Amino acid sequence: MMVETGHFALVLAFALSLVQSVVPLAGARFGNQRMMAVGGPVAITGLALTALAFAALTVSYARSDFSVANVWENSHSLKPLLFKITGTWGNHEGSMLLWVLILTFFGALVAAFGNNLPATLKANVLAVQGWIGAAFLLFILATSNPFARLVPAPMEGRDLNPILQDIGLAIHPPLLYLGYVGFSVCFSFAVAALIDGRIDAAWARWARPWTLAAWSFLTGGIAMGSYWAYYELGWGGFWFWDPVENASFMPWLAGTALLHSAIVMERRAALKIWTLLLAILTFSLSLLGTFLVRSGVLTSVHAFASDPTRGVFILAILSLFIGGSLTLFAVRAQSLGAGGLFHPVSREGALVLNNLFLTTATATVLLGTLYPLIVEAFSADRISVGAPFFNLTFGPLMVPLLVIVPFGPLLAWKRGDLLAVAQRLWAAFALAILAMLAVLLFVDRLAVLAALGIGLGVWLIFGALTDLALKAGVGHAPARVLPSRLAGLPRSVFGTTLAHLGLGVTTLGIVGALSFGSESILAMKPGESTSVSGVTLRFERLEPVKGPNYTENRAVFSVRDTDGDVFAEIESSKRFYPVRQMPTTEAGIGTFMFSQLYVSLGDETPDGEVVVRIWWKPLVTLIWLGALVMMTGGAVSLCDRRLRIGAPSRRQRRPATAADAVVP
Amino acid sequence: MTRKQKRLSVIAGAMVFLGLATGLAVFALGQKASYFYMPADLAAATLPAGQRIRLGGLVEKGTILRGQGTDVRFAVTDMENSVKVVFNGILPDLFREEQGVITEGKFGADGVFVADSVLAKHDETYMPKEVAESLKARGVWQETTNE
Repeated sequence: MMVETGHFALVLAFALSLVQSVVPLAGARFGNQRMMAVGGPVAITGLALTALAFAALTVSYARSDFSVANVWENSHSLKPLLFKITGTWGNHEGSMLLWVLILTFFGALVAAFGNNLPATLKANVLAVQGWIGAAFLLFILATSNPFARLVPAPMEGRDLNPILQDIGLAIHPPLLYLGYVGFSVCFSFAVAALIDGRIDAAWARWARPWTLAAWSFLTGGIAMGSYWAYYELGWGGFWFWDPVENASFMPWLAGTALLHSAIVMERRAALKIWTLLLAILTFSLSLLGTFLVRSGVLTSVHAFASDPTRGVFILAILSLFIGGSLTLFAVRAQSLGAGGLFHPVSREGALVLNNLFLTTATATVLLGTLYPLIVEAFSADRISVGAPFFNLTFGPLMVPLLVIVPFGPLLAWKRGDLLAVAQRLWAAFALAILAMLAVLLFVDRLAVLAALGIGLGVWLIFGALTDLALKAGVGHAPARVLPSRLAGLPRSVFGTTLAHLGLGVTTLGIVGALSFGSESILAMKPGESTSVSGVTLRFERLEPVKGPNYTENRAVFSVRDTDGDVFAEIESSKRFYPVRQMPTTEAGIGTFMFSQLYVSLGDETPDGEVVVRIWWKPLVTLIWLGALVMMTGGAVSLCDRRLRIGAPSRRQRRPATAADAVVP
Repeated sequence: MTRKQKRLSVIAGAMVFLGLATGLAVFALGQKASYFYMPADLAAATLPAGQRIRLGGLVEKGTILRGQGTDVRFAVTDMENSVKVVFNGILPDLFREEQGVITEGKFGADGVFVADSVLAKHDETYMPKEVAESLKARGVWQETTNE
């Protein structure tokens, strides 16, 4: 009964999304206030109905109701409750339902908090959200119904893929989708502006919080996915340039570009058309990602099932939205008018450069991701494009971008003085050089590239702090007023500093883990020891353990210092899940400051030894800590007063933008 | 400069930049993309020495041989030809006899394929897509049963 209620709620949500697609749009077109006002309540009701459907499915999972085909295929009564619940979205149907739930959630947020938006803009935005919602709800109802029943109901389920039975599934997909789908709001704002034929600096201010929120979530989602893959797959890598990773990385790159170009638009009313295009492209890349992951054109952990009709359906949605929005863009963009002028050396110029690098990097990743599909479509050859390609193309694009990051926030709007900015950054530069020398002298004399990388990370961190210090008045204001000046700075300044600082921290982590790590593969018997980067790793014992729905062979290692004293223990195991007949590797990880010792088990050899792969990963946790700092930066920026209170209504806007143009 | 000239110079700069990036990407694709082969394809193809490829097929029954240390030897077959592979490292969890596998690496001087990575299926239902399609094309595809 509850399952049918969920299904029915989903059908109703679809019907409402059709109303949301048409009525507010028509209202905006004909200036009918009452029709425009329909959008808000409908969007909120749509969220309630989708949430009801989602809750119905979640409860079926929690109760292990195997009469629901989806639950039978992906759950098991012995599974821990947390994994029963997270299993709701650990499959194709459920994850699409989560996708739509988050989409309607954002729609409802616009409806609830968009009171300061002009009525026509709000109506159009909600209508565009309605289109996306309708398309994906139809997709679920027509090809991926999570509520299909099984008669007779089986006694036991087939269990969730063991790789997904992890706390990561509780965090990674929801965060990632909040990011992915959050960009739909930016897309809707862009399309609404194009329909309206009007766009100005106020638009950027309205659209910016959504970009920031989506970007922060996506940053967290990608980082969480990366850490999950790192500890769960047992391969010791944090990024594989897997097409599915790229699918989430491309919207992030484009979204980062959007975040920056929207600043120019908000402050200087320039780059309007470009910002609109980026907003459209970012969400298009999210849609492309959904297609790549969900259609089964790629093999990966994320491709839960391949069903050609689903692929074709998503491809149709993709073409409709990307094609439609770009056509609208082509027709309307010219009429939007030109923006403010600026000198190439200026804050705007720096942000344009940032956009140039980021969009080119996005294009590179896109090319590498789609190239195998293109080659396969036009020839009999099958190829794969992996890390070597991306290292060669993406790397050279990122390095110069990172070098110029600290300059950006210090340059003045309209016309900046590069020399003066360089002088202000001398301390950060000196620290970066010191860090490089320290690496060369104390770590490895030949690691020139790695030293440069570490220097780059330090440069980013102190460059970001320099900006904050200068804005707080260090050097030209008396020391006693510094704390109050610092506290008085807009939150967005802290946001920028944190985001750029986080980027530096991540850079340090990547360089550390890739350049100074070590790796060894050996066969060990219990009682044997090996030495790894100055410590001794002793294989203590191998013991069988029984979990709720698995059995495991657990190897216990002790980490000893040079005197032989144990200071840490690492447990690494091979699990076996009998329902799916599937073994998994549970890597053992010991964290020492920011570095990690990573132990992964292989098979047993005929002599009773176990193959063990050991990695020493210096500074590796900084990769994800940096991403957390970036995410925090986004959240802090989101709390900026300007975005909460300063969002102007259209009537107040005209004098406000005129004033903006005068004040730099 | 007028607004138009300024815009043109920005666009020209961006184009040069994009051109360089495209050139680099095309070069990298030529160098770094690795081609997928089944053992039977290899009989017909001539590979330049040291060329990195991906070799896919089924793990031939009875060929998995574990050495003293961490070396593993096995053969990859497509039911027509078979290729000997040597790999040093930890095999994926779902590596088994008569299961689909993709290995990446290059041929050694002795004609044995030296793999530096071995990918198996992600779970029991799915086979690497390239392998499944090639096997279907050869008519030796069998629907996997849940063992």
